[in-house]
Amino acid sequence: MTRDGTELPRPVVALAGNPNTGKSTLFNALTGLKQHTGNWPGKTVACARGWYRYNGQTVTLVDLPGTYSLLSDSPEERITRDFLCFGRPDATVVVVDATCLERNLNLIFQIMEVNTRVVACLNLMDEARRRGIRIDVPALARELGVPVVPAAARRGEGLTLLKETLHRVIEGRIHPAPRPVSYDPELEAAVAELAADLAVLSREGLNPRWVALCLIAGDESIIPKIRTFCNGKETQGDTHVRNRVTP
Amino acid sequence: MTLFGLHELPVGCTGEVVAVRATGPTRRRLLDLGLVPGTRVKAVRKSAAGDPVAFRIRGALVALRREEGSTVLVRPISMPGGDR
Repeated sequence: MTRDGTELPRPVVALAGNPNTGKSTLFNALTGLKQHTGNWPGKTVACARGWYRYNGQTVTLVDLPGTYSLLSDSPEERITRDFLCFGRPDATVVVVDATCLERNLNLIFQIMEVNTRVVACLNLMDEARRRGIRIDVPALARELGVPVVPAAARRGEGLTLLKETLHRVIEGRIHPAPRPVSYDPELEAAVAELAADLAVLSREGLNPRWVALCLIAGDESIIPKIRTFCNGKETQGDTHVRNRVTP
Repeated sequence: MTLFGLHELPVGCTGEVVAVRATGPTRRRLLDLGLVPGTRVKAVRKSAAGDPVAFRIRGALVALRREEGSTVLVRPISMPGGDR
């Protein structure tokens, strides 16, 4: 698994989502690859990579393992989180099951805390229609603060709109503005204080608020990763991080 | 009000989550699966040995082991067949 997306031809788009949202089907539909698919857990063990051409641009697509969360410690979640955090994707598609939107929202919000350039792809719209589920797409996009593209990957529906939306995000013509998750005042104060200390990390392309949240949640595994990410340099942020965690 | 561990919910019954007693990564995992207070959970079927049990949680079928399920306290709200 390539941890640093800079080794991949750019632009790089990451594909994330809960298990069984048709993420691999979408990956295959976009890239034309016949990647093996099935719906047992852990199917996508490593990250499949492919590419597609759109509007004269070759886009590298990375299919991340399906996860419910970025915060637990399963191998799938670690791979997904590390790529989103340290792989510097130019855009991230969060594939969402339109038939059970609610349970997918957790992951969208977690991913939006790491990366701002997020596009939500409402997949399985054909199945949702069949079940009489109607989704107010513009309202959802407004609430999330990111573009929402309805799709039915297995029928090829929505793929062009998704590629166009990604193109605009990559080119900086659309600026997703994810709605921030706000925590209780005590936690927000702690996050703000720590994130201010870690502000230097944003120069390296890391999100100080996200790193602060990880540390407050007691995740020390992120410290050596940040050090590696910053090319082994002893950065100011690194020192701050260690001082905070091991006083 | 009588509360049960999730694993005590008979197959076909629905309960509403009142509290999650697990701590650390297990707690995080259960919350991420959608087991937050107020969530309705239906016991769908038991494996041959009675453990794990498959639950319907916010539209997904999730199998939980007793050691995880017992930390989730539920208030029973429906009897077998009373819920879709």
